[in-house]
Amino acid sequence: MTAKSVLVLCGGLSAEREVSIRSGRRIAAALADNGHQIQVADFDAQLLSRLKQNRPDVVVPLLHGAEGEDGSLPTMLELLGIAFVGSPARSCRLAFDKPVANEIVAAKGIRVPQAVTLPQRVFRELGAVEVVAAILERVSLPLIIKPTRGGSALGVTAAHQVSEVAPALVAAFAYGETVLVQHFVSGIEIAISVVADGDSVTALPAVEICPDGDAYDYRARYTAGLTEFFAPARLPEDLTSHAANVAVQAHLALGLRDWSRTDLIVDEAGVVWYLETNSAPGMTETSLFPQAVVAAGQDLGQLCSALVRTAAERSLNQD
Amino acid sequence: MAQVGSRLDPWVHSYAARTGGMTASEIRALFAVAARPEVVSLAGGMPYVNALPLDAIADTVARLIREQGASALQYGSGQGLPQLREQILDVMAPVGIHAHADDVVVTMGSQQAIDLVVRIFCDPGDVVLVEAPSYVGALGVFRSYQCDVRHVAMDEQGLDPNALRTAIADARGAGKPIKLIYTIPSFHNPAGITQGPARRRELLEIAQSAGILLLEDDPYGLLGFDGTVPQAIRSEDADGVVYLGSFSKTIASGLRVGWAVAPHAVREKLVLAAEASVLCPSHFSQYAVSAYLSEQPWMEQVAAFRELYRERRDALLAGMESAFPKGTHWTVPQGGFYSWVTLPEPLDATAMLPRAVSALVAYVPGTGFYVDGQGRRSMRLSYCFPDPERIQEGVRRLGSVISSELDTLATFGPAGPAGSGSTSSPSPDLA
Repeated sequence: MTAKSVLVLCGGLSAEREVSIRSGRRIAAALADNGHQIQVADFDAQLLSRLKQNRPDVVVPLLHGAEGEDGSLPTMLELLGIAFVGSPARSCRLAFDKPVANEIVAAKGIRVPQAVTLPQRVFRELGAVEVVAAILERVSLPLIIKPTRGGSALGVTAAHQVSEVAPALVAAFAYGETVLVQHFVSGIEIAISVVADGDSVTALPAVEICPDGDAYDYRARYTAGLTEFFAPARLPEDLTSHAANVAVQAHLALGLRDWSRTDLIVDEAGVVWYLETNSAPGMTETSLFPQAVVAAGQDLGQLCSALVRTAAERSLNQD
Repeated sequence: MAQVGSRLDPWVHSYAARTGGMTASEIRALFAVAARPEVVSLAGGMPYVNALPLDAIADTVARLIREQGASALQYGSGQGLPQLREQILDVMAPVGIHAHADDVVVTMGSQQAIDLVVRIFCDPGDVVLVEAPSYVGALGVFRSYQCDVRHVAMDEQGLDPNALRTAIADARGAGKPIKLIYTIPSFHNPAGITQGPARRRELLEIAQSAGILLLEDDPYGLLGFDGTVPQAIRSEDADGVVYLGSFSKTIASGLRVGWAVAPHAVREKLVLAAEASVLCPSHFSQYAVSAYLSEQPWMEQVAAFRELYRERRDALLAGMESAFPKGTHWTVPQGGFYSWVTLPEPLDATAMLPRAVSALVAYVPGTGFYVDGQGRRSMRLSYCFPDPERIQEGVRRLGSVISSELDTLATFGPAGPAGSGSTSSPSPDLA
């Protein structure tokens, strides 16, 4: 069966709107090149009536941040009985909440950096100085401080000294009410994309990330030229294999479907540390998932087209 | 030999040094959200073109195509359509400029005029003196030509003469050539301040005695709320001032028609630079503006815009009065589009922007109007596009955000460099 009609959803109201639109346009073009009839739509008040009037065979959600990755959109699509590429609502919710995902992944024996999760009101009610001191007794410097939900490194800051902790907390709270304060593990930063077709879950080649500056921040992610990538990563074969296994295990543990991207750090001792998993990986010109697809010798459009067919068949089987 | 990875751009080592600041930024990402209708955007300087007589303009443009299409759709003169240059003289008469049509160079918005002036005057490292704060679009041009941009303090009357004298002395003392003094004397963007006649005269005298060309940017001059029109600095000196005008705020920004009035030798170079850049400004847009000026009661429309923007200014001021916490200050513009808001210590408007966008309200952080990192406590609020009810709702949301941010900083202390960003390459709706 060939699913011809595809609605690519992108945009939304999160701070990752622009990234999402770029991802959506790229995948829409790649699917069009593979013979699909494409519509592109935003996540807005017109969406439901549009889905009812012009029901696509399959939706490809490429919303990043809230709505796209917090399970809201899959919930709506499941309610409407519309086939879609990507993970079910429950799995999106688990992956999107970094502390929850960390616990689930750690329970599978995967190494996760030590961390504490706290809402802003705890700092306000108990006193920031006292709470930070308590955190530092449990989690040693340097720290990486980030909102518990969200991507594209928005609101993410490293703190190498105690004096840098409070400003980093303020920056993270600008993007959410709860923060993850995690030990910063230095090492080689890699991203491993995972593609699933039924029970067959495959890790694509690891992409090694070498930003020119100190951090792989928003600027380094979305300005071509500011980061050097190696795909496949320059790691020994055993480490590459172990890291790929970690990404596959994370994908399975979180109950994800079709595609995901897991970010990892390989420290000097060769330990692979889990950072996070994205249920709707970025697909822009500078994103990591498309680089992994190319490194695997595959074509992004053909891969997405196959996932569209899988989603359509899954829907038929459920009917 | 070390392995070389991919930078996803085969030309990464070929770009000119001046592209160094052209990078993605969190601030631009947040502005992408501000375009959604749920967000009350007090950020963009977009004129309320919905108030134009659109049906009448449609008729005018249709007739233009029917009767003069072969000319309007053809290349034109690099200096601009002669009949439009004549009409521009009438448009400038209220600001006291009496010139000849040969002195006028039509450009693609006054933004291109800034670009052309800098192109013909400034080598890398040349000093350009600008107000503190200054128009983000002009700063982008100055930076793209690698100028040494130096901010000069403003007071409640605009550019501070003493600070200007000091800045000139400092630059010259360091052996640096000063090529331009760039000023927006009427209804300043972003500060919302207007220079009085005496201040204008004093600034002109400083520029004249120092032998520095004054670049007068005047897109809002006709939009004074009490109907009085400040007299342009150029009205006092035809040789020492290049005057920039625009139809973006008085007719429509989408037409991209502005102009420069310059001394004859400067004008000749501007025309040659314009031809090298774009051959000629849009001939069709020039015909459309010319037809509009001929056939529509354009002064009445400007008066209607004045009243509309006054009403919106009042809504903004009333909203800020009731919604903003104590310690917040703002300018009270007598015309134009903007009020400049200064937040209580230790707030940082750049760091606060994500929280504001989450609360569905947007503004431009003050740092975008400086080249040197100043302006963290400030923001520009525009009242030109949303209607008064939306403005009041936006200000109410912003007041809550400011209070919440004060609460956060009371807990943690001031934000550091985290969350910083730049609007150095603004999207067009920030003009």
